[in-house]
Amino acid sequence: MNAIQFILAGMLAAATPFLLAALGELVVERAGVLNLGVEGLMALGAVIAFIIVYHGGGHLIGFVAAGICSALLSLVFAIIALVFRANQVAAGLAIGILGQGLSALFGKSYESLTVKGLPRLALPWFSELPIIGGLFTQDIVVWFSLAGTLAIWAIFTFTKTGLVIRAVGENPKAAHAIGYPVILVRTAAVAFGGMMAGFAGAYAAVVYTPLWADGMIAGRGWIAIALVVFGTWLTGRIFLGACLFGAVSLMGPAAQATGMDVPSQLLSSLPYLVTIIVLGIISADRRLLKLNGVASLGEPFER
Amino acid sequence: MSQPLLSLRGISKSYGAIRANQEIDLDVAPRSIHAILGENGAGKSTLMKLIYGVEQPDDGTAAWKGEPLSLASPAEARHRGIGMVFQHFSLFETLTVVENIQLVVPGRKAELTKRIRTLGRDFGLEVDPFAHVHALSVGERQRVEIIRCLMTNPKLLILDEPTSVLPPQLVNKLFDTLRRLRDGGVSILFISHKLEEIRAICDRATILRGGRVTGNVDPREHDAHDLARMMIGRDMPEPIPALPLSGGERRLEIIGLDYTPDDPFAVPLSSISLTVRASEILGIAGISGNGQSELSALISGETVLKREQADRIFMMGRDVGTLDPAARRELGFAFVPEDRLGRGAVPEMSLLLNSLLTAHPLKLLKHGLINRARAAAFTNDCIRQYDVRTRGPDAEAGSLSGGNLQKFIVGREIMLAPKLLFVAQPTWGVDVGAASAIRQRLIALRNAGMAILVISEELEELFELSDFIQVLHHGTLSPPLLAVNTKPEEIGRYMIGAEPAGEKASA
Repeated sequence: MNAIQFILAGMLAAATPFLLAALGELVVERAGVLNLGVEGLMALGAVIAFIIVYHGGGHLIGFVAAGICSALLSLVFAIIALVFRANQVAAGLAIGILGQGLSALFGKSYESLTVKGLPRLALPWFSELPIIGGLFTQDIVVWFSLAGTLAIWAIFTFTKTGLVIRAVGENPKAAHAIGYPVILVRTAAVAFGGMMAGFAGAYAAVVYTPLWADGMIAGRGWIAIALVVFGTWLTGRIFLGACLFGAVSLMGPAAQATGMDVPSQLLSSLPYLVTIIVLGIISADRRLLKLNGVASLGEPFER
Repeated sequence: MSQPLLSLRGISKSYGAIRANQEIDLDVAPRSIHAILGENGAGKSTLMKLIYGVEQPDDGTAAWKGEPLSLASPAEARHRGIGMVFQHFSLFETLTVVENIQLVVPGRKAELTKRIRTLGRDFGLEVDPFAHVHALSVGERQRVEIIRCLMTNPKLLILDEPTSVLPPQLVNKLFDTLRRLRDGGVSILFISHKLEEIRAICDRATILRGGRVTGNVDPREHDAHDLARMMIGRDMPEPIPALPLSGGERRLEIIGLDYTPDDPFAVPLSSISLTVRASEILGIAGISGNGQSELSALISGETVLKREQADRIFMMGRDVGTLDPAARRELGFAFVPEDRLGRGAVPEMSLLLNSLLTAHPLKLLKHGLINRARAAAFTNDCIRQYDVRTRGPDAEAGSLSGGNLQKFIVGREIMLAPKLLFVAQPTWGVDVGAASAIRQRLIALRNAGMAILVISEELEELFELSDFIQVLHHGTLSPPLLAVNTKPEEIGRYMIGAEPAGEKASA
C-alpha cells in the first residue's frame, strides 16, 4: 500500500469528526449565531460516548447519549447568548471551557482505557477498484455522515425549513416582522449544532481512535469552526474542506508508514498551518465572503 | 357609514418618557383608502406597528369587523387579514423573489411562481419571480412586498410611506394599483406626509401631530394649506427665492470617475462628472441605492482612490482623489453625512466633544489640549443659532431626537465657514419648520458665495434649493439640468433610466 492509497482509504474517516461538527456549526451560523464552544461540546460528547461504550452500552446508545448531552450543554449557551443576549463570543468560549472541564472530570478514571471500534463496511464492486478502492470501505458512521451532508445541502437548497434558517440569519428583524419566532429558530439551530458536535466527539473517541485520553479532541472543534468560514457557508465546500483536513492529518502516519524522513512535529502541525493559510486566502476574496456570508452573524436579536 | 373594518379607541404607547401615541381613535371603513397624515415623529409608524402587532399598546382597545381584537404578533395580524408593506423593506436580499414569498405564503414554488405572474398582470406589479432581491431596483422591491402581502388575501393593507422611494411616474402607477385593489374589496391605510398625494388618492384622512389625532377629514374637501395647518399646527413657511448669480470659481470638480467597490452589493459608478462653483447649489436627485453612498464616500474622502486613478476629483483646484478626509477638510471642505449616528456624530459623546470632532481647527485646542471654555462657547452658539432642542452642551449626542441632532450637525459644519459644503439628505427626519430653516440657511450661504452640493431623495427640496440638478441612476449621472427650466417629470424619467425626450417611460 503506497502513501496515496493509505491517505485515500483513511481520509473520510479522519474527516468525519471535522465534517459532523462543521455541519452542525454551519446550521448554527446560518441562523446568525456564532457558537465558539464546539471544542468543548465535542469533548463532552466524546467522554459520554466512551463511558457508555466501555460499560457495554453499545455504540448506538453511546452516540445518542453523546448527542443529547452536548445538545443540552449547547442549550445553556443558547439561554445565555440568545435569551439574555450576552456576548456570543464570550458565552461560547465559556461553554467550551466548561465542556472540556466536564470531559476531564468524567473521564478521570478512564484515562488510557480502550474500547472496540466499529467494523468497516465495503461497498460491493466499488471497493474492488484499484487505488481508489479504499474510499469505499468505511464504517457505518462515515456512510451516515455522507448522507447527512447531502441532507443538509438539500435542506438549505430545497426546503422551507432551510429558507427560514437563512432568513433568520440574514435579517432577524424582517423575519420577526413577517412572523417567524427568531429566538426559537436560533435556539433550535444551536441545539442541532450541539448534537452534531456531540456525534463528532463520539466518533473521535469510540470509532476513530477508540481510546480515552484527556484532551483527545485536540483542536478539531476549532478547525471545524474554521471550516465553516473556509467553506464560505456552503455545504459542498465544507465537505471538501473536511476531506482536505482529513487527508492532511493522515500525512504524518503516511510518512512514517512509508519511511519518509520528515520531522513528526512538522507533520502533526500541518492541519493548523493549512487552516491559517487557507483562511488567509479565502479572506482575501471579500466578494465571496460577502455573497455567501451571514449578515447578522454574532449579533444579538432584540425586538 | 357601515360598520368599520378596523376601529381603535384610546390607543396609547410610550417609549420611556416619549409618548409616541396618546389616546388615538381611528375608524377604517371597508373599501376605502385611508390616509394617516403627519410629520416625522408624529407617531404614524408607531401606530402602524401597533395595528400590525409588531409592538403592543400600553392602553386602549381595538375591534375588527365589530369584534374585539388583540394583536399579539404579526402572524396573528396576517391571520386576521392585515398585511403591511414596510417603509424599509423586510425582504431578504440573498433570496430570490419567490423564496421571499414562500416564507410568508404556503405553497409549492411552481404554484407560487404562477400566482406571482398572475397578480403582476392583474395589478400592474410585474416582477421576475426568480430574480435575487439584491439585484432589484427599489421600485421592484416595493412591488415584491405588495405582492407578498396580496398573496395572503388581506382585507386591510398598510403602506408605510410607499411613495418616498418612487419617481413621479411610478407613483401614478402605484396609485392605479391601489385603486384597483380598493375596487377589489381591500381597504388601504396609506401613511404619508405628502399632502398632494393624499388629496389625489385617499377618501379619508386622519391627521396626527405629536402623537395625538388633530383632525379626521375628507382630504378632497380641504386644500393643502388646511391639511398642513392640521399637520404642523401653523401655516407652512414660504420658501425664499435664490438670487440669480453667475457662477464663480470651480470649487469641486469630478471628471470621468469610474469606481468599482469591493462589496458585491454596492453600486459601481461609471463616468461620473460634475462641477460645483462658488455661489451655486448643485442637487443630486435619485432614489437611494443608485450609488449615492458610494459617491458620497468618494467625495468625503472615506473612500480613497488608488494612486493610478488619481486626477479624477478636484477641490479648490487641487487633486484630492488620494487625500484622506482630514486633508480635504483642511482645504476648506465640510461634510454632513446621511447617517447622523455613527458618521455625523458619536452617539455616546457629549455635544461639546462632538463639536471638537470637526471644529477643532477653530482654535478650540490650546497646545494640543482641549480649551473647554472656547469649545463650550462654540457648542452653545451652534445650539442657539440652529434651534437645537437639548439641555446643553453636555447632553449626549445620542439623547437628541434625529431632527435635533441633524440641526446640530448641519450647524456645526456651516460654522466652519467652508468654501465647499456637501450635505447628504439635509432634512431627513427633520420636522417641517426646522427643515425649511435649514434650506433657507443653505440658500443664504449660497448667496454669500459658498459652493454647495446636496444629495437628496426629496425632489421638492432639490427644486427649492438647487441651481442645477443631476440625477443618479444605476451609478451613472445625468447631465446637469437648469432647475428653473426643468419639470419634475423630466427628472423622473432620468430616475428610472428612461431616455429624456419622447420615449415612453418603462421600468
